[in-house]
Amino acid sequence: MIWDWDFALRIIPDILRGLGTTVIATFFGSLLALAVGLVIALANRSDVTAVRRSSRGFAEFIRRTPLLVQLYFIYFVLPQAGVVLPPLLCGVIALGLHTGAYLSEVYRAGIDGVPRGQWEAARALNYQQGQTWLKIILPQAIPPMIPAIGNYIILMFKDSALLSIIAVPELMSMSRNIGNDSYRYLEPLTIAAILYLLLSGIAVLLLRIIESRSGMARLTG
Amino acid sequence: MSDRQLAVEFRGVSKLYGALAVLKELSLSVPQGEKIALIGPSGSGKTTVLRILMTLETIQAGTVWVKGEPLWHMPKGDGLAPATETHLHAMRRHIGMVFQHFNLFPHMTVQENVARPPQIVLGVTSGEAEQRAQDLLRLVGLAQKGASYPAQLSGGQKQRVAIARALAMQPAIMLFDEPTSALDPELVEEVLAVLRDIALEGKTTMLLVTHEMSFAREISDRILFLDGGAIVEEGPPDQIFSDPKEERTRLFLKKIIAAGHRID
Repeated sequence: MIWDWDFALRIIPDILRGLGTTVIATFFGSLLALAVGLVIALANRSDVTAVRRSSRGFAEFIRRTPLLVQLYFIYFVLPQAGVVLPPLLCGVIALGLHTGAYLSEVYRAGIDGVPRGQWEAARALNYQQGQTWLKIILPQAIPPMIPAIGNYIILMFKDSALLSIIAVPELMSMSRNIGNDSYRYLEPLTIAAILYLLLSGIAVLLLRIIESRSGMARLTG
Repeated sequence: MSDRQLAVEFRGVSKLYGALAVLKELSLSVPQGEKIALIGPSGSGKTTVLRILMTLETIQAGTVWVKGEPLWHMPKGDGLAPATETHLHAMRRHIGMVFQHFNLFPHMTVQENVARPPQIVLGVTSGEAEQRAQDLLRLVGLAQKGASYPAQLSGGQKQRVAIARALAMQPAIMLFDEPTSALDPELVEEVLAVLRDIALEGKTTMLLVTHEMSFAREISDRILFLDGGAIVEEGPPDQIFSDPKEERTRLFLKKIIAAGHRID
């Protein structure tokens, strides 16, 4: 098993195309997850018992079942119900729902982390509900959420390798296909691993910068 | 009726937490401009009176009137219906509150803490809000601290900012919920000095819950002694402190003195 530089260089363009798809899946998956998490977090606080119960049940179900099962469900089962979606979209939905269920907990912790006295002060100053959320609660709740949200998105980036199973031409599946075609797995899989590592590393670095600028230092004095 | 001159009136107000009655058919009236001190052991319901007025706690029976209008109810036909959020919002305009634990907004500077609420809630222009904030910060002796964040202030300074913030909304009725109880002893006097100024200015109706008996005696027109969710005794400060009529008041004051507090 000897590393073949010529081969490695030749497959890099294909692998990079795969990386592009991975980034796209992660990007849209993240947007979906941020929105899904918010909807679940708000529904969990609803005054209507039925809404609260079903959103909690849904989040619990998503968190307690493997992402792979959810992915298969969307890709193989939904078409039998007449809903046929392109593989990449299936992947984005699965990643978004799965990560969103976890993010709802991050939101909850962030919001619950704002002391009751802040709500009371806002009420005493006669802020309306929307003003209280926008001007008082969220500016305090969001900075502490950023590290956890970032970590879940990095996890999602790595989990997106599972999309190779439903034929999304992302980084993992491109690398595996090259291996299947050439019977050389060393180079494509090594390059894929390095790319995952590189991007995760950059993301962690970015996260640290955002964190230090997000005003946490001010809040804790 | 002399209702119009009353800033605050409670008529047979009861507050329950489950089976526990925190207030038992409590009635009181506070004419406009009067300074009232509520004293009593912890759990007597004195803080609850303020929190009901600030609409932080609901009531289970009775009616609360602010400036002649029902607070927790709205006129409906001949009777009263439960208040809507719109009604509560309109009523809160008359009332401001200073909390035991300050509750400053930690993500805003001192200046923003005082300037933003009138801007956001009352629609005051930014220029006027900033000016008002500077004036009030000067009044509480913190003109130099506008650019600081609450986390950089001492407890006494935080409470003075909180007082400025409440005053910036120009409420007719100010509620002070144990404003010095969370402070280190050496910081109490600077906050009392600011409260004294507000009391002397005269126009504002004040309801003060406090354990600072000599201060209550100094600034208030009337003392209410609460115990077990009811007013046990009320009267002018000198009478309450020098010649209490009720046994429970006497016992309470005795305990306060035994704990090393002055009441003169």
